[in-house]
Amino acid sequence: MITKMNHVSVFVLNQDSAYDFYVNKLGFKVHTDASMEPGMRWLTVCPPEQPDLQISLMSIEEGMMFKGEAANQMRELVKNGTFGFGIFECNDLNATYEEMKAKGVVFKKPPTKEFYGYEALFSDDSGNWFSLGEKQEA
Amino acid sequence: MTSAAQTYPKFYLYSRIVKAKLFIDSNYHQNLDLENISDEASFSKFHFIRLFKSIYGKTPHHYLTQVRIEKAKHFLQSNCTVTDTCFKVGFDSITSFTGLFKKTVGKTPSEYQQLYCLRQDQIKAQPLRFIPGCFASQKGWAEKSNFEEVR
Repeated sequence: MITKMNHVSVFVLNQDSAYDFYVNKLGFKVHTDASMEPGMRWLTVCPPEQPDLQISLMSIEEGMMFKGEAANQMRELVKNGTFGFGIFECNDLNATYEEMKAKGVVFKKPPTKEFYGYEALFSDDSGNWFSLGEKQEA
Repeated sequence: MTSAAQTYPKFYLYSRIVKAKLFIDSNYHQNLDLENISDEASFSKFHFIRLFKSIYGKTPHHYLTQVRIEKAKHFLQSNCTVTDTCFKVGFDSITSFTGLFKKTVGKTPSEYQQLYCLRQDQIKAQPLRFIPGCFASQKGWAEKSNFEEVR
């Protein structure tokens, strides 16, 4: 039986810039930042209240994972906002939206009442987008 | 009498509370009191506390303490001494800083700093120990024998 998820990957165009976005703009905590050779950096962050879920900010580099032209294609797809990686939760969507906007986060959609709930959509510095909603009581 | 929440459009209300929160985020190292912060939001003190708590789940004072402790962790990670860290984050007394830090984090500032440095040294010495094997293999990192030598 699967009990939980502990790692998830988000592909980013630049890890330094992603660090700034996720840590300084979103307020995430750095879990592990292990630099090895150039192009080999393991960088994971966690949402402030979810220390056991590591989001790995994976650089798109040509290598074993992306062979040949695949790295460039992947970079283009990310840049063009192809990937929606998940749903984040906050206590108060309006306040979080105002704060993130003040920090320069780009929203594709401001807080909007939808038939499924109250949500906003924002993009990270690479182009990956996320939904942001309020905590739902079970 | 109508409340501010009824008088002003909601987004305006949120902007003011968020402005106050960002004010705390940038000025945590100063001698802030509730008067400074509620002035920043242009609310009366008690109305401000109530709205702040309804949005962030804690009073402005508790939030300021949380920001100071988080910033203290950051300074300790950057090898600041405990004394420097204490004053850099706006505490006047090392005893109260150390006590509050321990109560919040579960370790004294110096214990926290030692453990952080130890982990950083381990990451530098053996980075693969901190990377899930499946990711390291997929990226071809596990085959790099010189990882253990990189400092």
